[in-house]
Amino acid sequence: MTDPRRYAAWQMQITPSNLRARADILSQIRGFFAQRQVLEVDVPVLSQRGVTDPYLDNFVTRLTVDDKVTPLYLQTSPEYAMKRMLASGSGCIYSLAKAFRHESSGHQHNPEFTMLEWYRIGFDDWDLMREVASLLCHILPVNAVDYVSYHDVFVKYAGIDIDTVSGAELRACVPIDTHYDLTHSSDEHVLQLIFNVLIEPQIGLHQPCFIYDFPAKQAALAKIKQDNPDYAHRFEVYFKGIELANGYWELTDSIEQARRFAQDNLVRTEQGYAPVQADEALLAALSHGLPECAGVALGVDRLVMLALGLSDIAHALPFSTDNA
Amino acid sequence: MANFSTNEFKAGLKVMLDGEPCNILENEYVKPGKGQAFNRVKIRKLVSGKVLEKTFRSGDSVEGADVMDTELSYLYSDGEFWHFMNNETFEQVAADEKALGDTVKWLVENDLFTITLWNGNPIVVTPQNFVEIEITETDPGLKGDTAGTGGKPATLATGAVVRVPLFIQTGEVIKVDTRSGEYVSRAAK
Repeated sequence: MTDPRRYAAWQMQITPSNLRARADILSQIRGFFAQRQVLEVDVPVLSQRGVTDPYLDNFVTRLTVDDKVTPLYLQTSPEYAMKRMLASGSGCIYSLAKAFRHESSGHQHNPEFTMLEWYRIGFDDWDLMREVASLLCHILPVNAVDYVSYHDVFVKYAGIDIDTVSGAELRACVPIDTHYDLTHSSDEHVLQLIFNVLIEPQIGLHQPCFIYDFPAKQAALAKIKQDNPDYAHRFEVYFKGIELANGYWELTDSIEQARRFAQDNLVRTEQGYAPVQADEALLAALSHGLPECAGVALGVDRLVMLALGLSDIAHALPFSTDNA
Repeated sequence: MANFSTNEFKAGLKVMLDGEPCNILENEYVKPGKGQAFNRVKIRKLVSGKVLEKTFRSGDSVEGADVMDTELSYLYSDGEFWHFMNNETFEQVAADEKALGDTVKWLVENDLFTITLWNGNPIVVTPQNFVEIEITETDPGLKGDTAGTGGKPATLATGAVVRVPLFIQTGEVIKVDTRSGEYVSRAAK
């Protein structure tokens, strides 16, 4: 296989003109929030607690002072710190900074990436989706977006009604050849495969597509819908085969949050991974009281890819981890 | 043979799948924001040539395939087997019709071919990207046509039929791209 690179290993991977376009996007993002009086905050990248999510993995380092060793975790997102700030009375805030995930590189993945995350007090998921849409229309050459619920997108593109389908029927629907037995995989994983392989290539082709009301089992840190407890106030944004953003009408219940952390650790243990201590400072902040708010995280390197028509994240960055 | 994890998958890696040696063509790591990571892998089965896509859980591993490519020169066919020789060791390898496949139409004596061996047995014979072969038959074209519009069929010494520009004549040696089966140019003298 020939290496398509036309630059030497020491050189930056982004072209000089794309580098300027990237800087322009960062500045447009800051302008967008300045106009809306959302405060920029720079939260710690290195923290004493990691993430319990069974499918996220922190980079861990150690601070050694005399004989005392403190493990420190590079943050997978600024979420916990930002929620502690919200509970402390920060008001609406955004962070435009590096996040880190201990995982492989891919065409859409770099272990170190730039994440835009923001929280709007008094917003619900729909208010926030509209604000995300404004930002996308501001930066990308689009002037409208689509909204489809998770349930309806499965009906429309996969012919599956997830409310009534049985586990066996669901597995029979997977249109792909897996090297492992799906009977031992969770329903969520099977839904994720169908979503990625069958649905994602069909949505958000011309304009960004918002998928809202995710199943409650994939709620993560979102509120469960009161009128339909099978679903949660979580949304994602897809555009041209790229998962761009993930947002919630935020869970403010510290007891429910503690239960989900414990559940995460059960799944970790089942899968043979070490449990991760839940962030007690976040739980304390939630029990003190997180203002009603909605929050969203958006991959900025992916936004740059979409704005500039790049197919490899490495070309949207000065240096990918493989070259850093 | 060593095992390879999905993290080591890259184009060109040879692995065993369903008892058949396969060549990895593409490997795309998929990590949903929330959810288990997986790898979508495009694979060519080396014996059947079939290309398929398979999904792996990230971190799973598969057995490597003892597959080796060697450059051998074509000697002759005895009707059942096609014989190739290593020009340095003079070791000979006999490939059957199945291993040869479409490559049969590019066989020129003494030309080099890539022979893929699995556990020492030839399973695929691949021609060089460009070969030079003499034309044994083509209709006389119009003199002075250099634009090459349309072209005409020409039969090569190996039996392959290639479209050539009208000015190319029987007896000339031409350069052909074996991947597309298309005429490239007159052979360099």
